[in-house]
Amino acid sequence: MKEMAESVPLVKEFIKTPKEVVEIENLSIGFENLKVLDDFSLKLYNGENLVVLGKSGSGKSVLIKCIVRLLMPDSGTVKVLGEDVNEMGRKELAEVRKKIGFLFQSGALYDSMTIKENLEFPLKRVRKDLSRKEMNEKVEEALENVGLADTLDKMPSQLSGGMRKRVSLARTVVVDPLIMLYDEPTTGLDPLTSDEISELINKVQKKYKTSSLIITHDIECARATADRIIMLQNGAVYLEGKLVDFEKSADVFIKSFFR
Amino acid sequence: MVKIIGPVLRKIPKNRDVKKQAEKLGERTFEQTRIANVFFSDIADFFLFLWRTTREAFSRDFEFKEFFRQCYLIGYKTLPLISITGLIIGLVLTIQLRPALADFGAVSMLPGMVALSIIREMGPVITALICAGKIGSGMGAELGSMRVTEQIDAMEVSSTNPIRFLVVTRVLAATLMIPILVLYADALGILGSWAGANIKGDVTFVLFFSQAFSVIDFLDLFPAVIKTFFFGAAIGFVGCYKGYTAGRGTESVGKAANSAVVLSSLLVIIIDLVAVQITDML
Repeated sequence: MKEMAESVPLVKEFIKTPKEVVEIENLSIGFENLKVLDDFSLKLYNGENLVVLGKSGSGKSVLIKCIVRLLMPDSGTVKVLGEDVNEMGRKELAEVRKKIGFLFQSGALYDSMTIKENLEFPLKRVRKDLSRKEMNEKVEEALENVGLADTLDKMPSQLSGGMRKRVSLARTVVVDPLIMLYDEPTTGLDPLTSDEISELINKVQKKYKTSSLIITHDIECARATADRIIMLQNGAVYLEGKLVDFEKSADVFIKSFFR
Repeated sequence: MVKIIGPVLRKIPKNRDVKKQAEKLGERTFEQTRIANVFFSDIADFFLFLWRTTREAFSRDFEFKEFFRQCYLIGYKTLPLISITGLIIGLVLTIQLRPALADFGAVSMLPGMVALSIIREMGPVITALICAGKIGSGMGAELGSMRVTEQIDAMEVSSTNPIRFLVVTRVLAATLMIPILVLYADALGILGSWAGANIKGDVTFVLFFSQAFSVIDFLDLFPAVIKTFFFGAAIGFVGCYKGYTAGRGTESVGKAANSAVVLSSLLVIIIDLVAVQITDML
């Protein structure tokens, strides 16, 4: 894969960024009779890669959907860059969302658009200041960063699962987000492609100076990307710490994950 | 006395049966309440969605490119289907009417009768029903699969208003293109009728059309065109609503497409009934 092309992140905004870019306190959410998250708290610090591990159905995806208010919690606060997203109006929420990059589990590329149009779509709406030429350059650069510069005019259906994930990552970072949210970035991929995606996550963090929240149940992805790990179990924090804390843990549940 | 009261007493349930029956009644009441709750929240969702769509339709950032793309997809891509349908309607009506009119020696009224029935009723309703099948189901399936594959969520997260981008453009495109398709189908229907009239007769193109248009006036055409705007809006809106509010599984895509067709076809018929009543009053 090609080395990341040089570009300048949004320096001004980065300086203003608070220490805790995401702060979740006492978050509870459930669907009908099922409690998914129960009094859950989390802090994502500026510039770190935080991995949230957990079994399928433990509420990981629900958690990051609450951060961008795709889901409204039953109780608790979700602060992004110091502002409570649940208290925001539509315009303020749109402004906050511009600073967040969200990589969906399925990639969520727009089927009816070419790869170029997929990348231009958020760019046209978030970076209205850019000229046509600058926009083209950014799109090409973002695709080059994920090693798929030659797919510009292809349709998403013409790409493999791994390529779609990489294009989706390019679409997410093309708007220079401050916070990256990854929903199961390596699910459904072969080990080699999974490693490539993990490598890309680290490169994105270094290049764009982003703070990342990575939701996964893939231990290899967690090992490759985590600065800090939170283990979720039954909608609550089971264990929080560095990778070594988890690997040394004698707990049966943790061991079953890290064996 | 005992003979009379005995059977009545036997019919009164014992304590245990009363408890069971009360439980059953409670469960049934609970289930009925739940169904009523779902029904009323669906209606509320429908009107909330209608309100959001209407509000976004008047917003400043209109998605012109997507609107024109939808006009192309709805209008141009439906042309072949509408062409065939229009021609056949005219042809069949003429073939069916001709013998009946011939019995009364009124074959000369054929062009006018066919043109009137096509323009006032057959053209708009049949074209709208065909569009409900093609466009309504297409919108339901497309937006439904976008919901399932998180594309709508991705749009929302990238600070794009999906209602404005996906729904408003489609509803407006359908509202604008369906009347055009109806007029086109009407024209082809009359053309088909001329072809039908020539199967067993010999009528010139000019004579047929001059006879056809001699019986049509403004009050025949105007209400018929106006109602097609409502047909278009209903088809577009129902298709989008069903797709946009589809559930999370792949099964819901099929359900969304199916219910979009059923509901939009039903709405076309209801709107037509209302339009006929209003036209009748004029």
